[in-house]
Amino acid sequence: MSAIANEPGIVADAPRKRSRGGLVWDVIKGRPSAAVGAVIMGIFLFIAIFAGVIAPYSVHTQVGPVYGVPSAQHWLGLDDGGIDMVSLLLQGARVSLIVGFAAAFVATVVGGGVGMIAGYFGGKPESVLMRITDYFLVIPDVPLMIVIATLWGPSLSHVIFVIGLLLWTTTARIIRAQVKSVRERVYVKRARAMGASHWRIVFRHVLPQIAPLLVANVVLTVAVAIFDETALAFLGLSDPTAVSWGSIIEHAFLRQAISTGAWWAIVPPGICVALVIMGCYLVGQAIEDALNPRLKVAHLSVRGFRLRPLVGMDKDTL
Amino acid sequence: MRGADYLLKRTLFALVTVFVAVTLNFVLFRALPGDAVSNLSHVPHATPALRLALQKEFGLDKPMWEQYLLYLKELSRGNLGVSFATQQPVWSQLRSKLANTIPMVALGTAVAIIIGIGTGVLSAWRRGTVTDHISTNTAIAFYAFPTQWLGLMLLILFAGVLPSVGMHDPFIVGAGFWASKLDALKHMVLPAATLALTLYGEFTLVVRSSMLETMGEDYVLTARAKGMKSWTIVRTHALRNAMLPTTTLIALSLGYVVAGTILIETVFSWPGVGQSVYNSVINRDYPMLQGAFLVLTLSVVFFNFVADLLYFRLDPRISA
Repeated sequence: MSAIANEPGIVADAPRKRSRGGLVWDVIKGRPSAAVGAVIMGIFLFIAIFAGVIAPYSVHTQVGPVYGVPSAQHWLGLDDGGIDMVSLLLQGARVSLIVGFAAAFVATVVGGGVGMIAGYFGGKPESVLMRITDYFLVIPDVPLMIVIATLWGPSLSHVIFVIGLLLWTTTARIIRAQVKSVRERVYVKRARAMGASHWRIVFRHVLPQIAPLLVANVVLTVAVAIFDETALAFLGLSDPTAVSWGSIIEHAFLRQAISTGAWWAIVPPGICVALVIMGCYLVGQAIEDALNPRLKVAHLSVRGFRLRPLVGMDKDTL
Repeated sequence: MRGADYLLKRTLFALVTVFVAVTLNFVLFRALPGDAVSNLSHVPHATPALRLALQKEFGLDKPMWEQYLLYLKELSRGNLGVSFATQQPVWSQLRSKLANTIPMVALGTAVAIIIGIGTGVLSAWRRGTVTDHISTNTAIAFYAFPTQWLGLMLLILFAGVLPSVGMHDPFIVGAGFWASKLDALKHMVLPAATLALTLYGEFTLVVRSSMLETMGEDYVLTARAKGMKSWTIVRTHALRNAMLPTTTLIALSLGYVVAGTILIETVFSWPGVGQSVYNSVINRDYPMLQGAFLVLTLSVVFFNFVADLLYFRLDPRISA
């Protein structure tokens, strides 16, 4: 056997071993966009963690004229308070990502919990929880967020909880569907027959199976949470003292950056938001695609084949 | 009879959702920090007489469940309360704002759906090619840009070319019917374009992935084996079946339409329901906010119901 494998031109199949690392490779292989997304997210995570160290100026002190033009010292100019835009963007990355990840965490815990209970236990809990989920799915998130944020008052932790507590519905539905199918698998039934507790089954046998899907969902939820944070901040419902990309856009809008021609106060924060959301989307979608075997098959050819017209027949005949 | 069963179920669901929204609207605004009476005293320049009148009108001295019943009763008569800021009935204000919002949102959403289906089908059909990459990545980019930011970008780019504030030119008084209609249409271009741009990206991605799922079905292979033209297969076999999940997902994304409307109307000072949400947040005008929230939620519930009915038309398995 090994003699044949050593022959040139013959490659022995390596014994295929499914591991966690295998999935990561599956996702990146053939999907360069996933790698691009991961790199984008990595860069912004680095910026968010080290914002205090790499920011060239303080975000609380005026360093030049209002809406100062971009220069060698201030690459992206100054904002409406004469504060360096680069420093603001770096600091904003921190707040925006904290809100995004914290809200996604809240949403995942609530949605994952609801989905897990509904899918695993089935029956009455399932119908009650899913009915509630269906109603919340229809009620539009952002107006509800606006109402709650207005009533609770502007604060960063309120924003995190409001976004987190309203974004769980999609997660709950996706996790429930997946748990329902995992629950019926033989090894889960065996574990139950052997007397494993519900906790053990859920955490040892069900959760590892749905983990990749959960990760994809967290990443996609981060994107939506950051998006919603910019919306809330734009309406003046975020913490007025915290610098986030949303509040940078809000300030530039309210302080007439457009009529002053200060494009540098508006364009960069929007591009930062878009880059992070694209990074999250690319990673999340790549994981979901890798998990969905139905997307691998397509029966319709990308290339068109033109047949030579048969003699004596109309050229439209095919 | 499964068709009738389905219709009954969806109608019931819509009605219960309306009830949930109405109740939520009550609970949220009664769960205010501080009691509602002290919030009434936040009315700017409120006379004691007005305060008493409001207190009596809202029935704030009664127990909670009685207030709830009173709220339901007044709501059923179309009474949404009186705005703190303008001291006008909320409903009559919202009705005129709704008339301003609907044409702009309808135009933007329709354009987004048409472009979204077009580019989505194109990238699913040409999957893996340069066309697919360009179309999908552009869609992701527009999906990722914040709505208000896109609006501001259009403002910067087209500030001199197209009107950017409000929905009428205040200086064209006495112009003819068509001239004023043309003026309104010109004002509508930028807000509607912003809405279309923010929505089309998501629609493209939704259509593309539903199309990819149907392209792998056996009936597509059969159709191809029969020698049908690719375009015919895409149109009659793949797209027709992909429309089912697409309809559901587009209906569910109507919440984003509403969110986009609030942001866009704020950016372009479009005097619609979205702008009144912004103004009532700024002024802490709770009755107005409550009314606007109810109107927006009910419209999303309504269009979800419409999508359910559309599903009934699209999927013969339900009505059979």
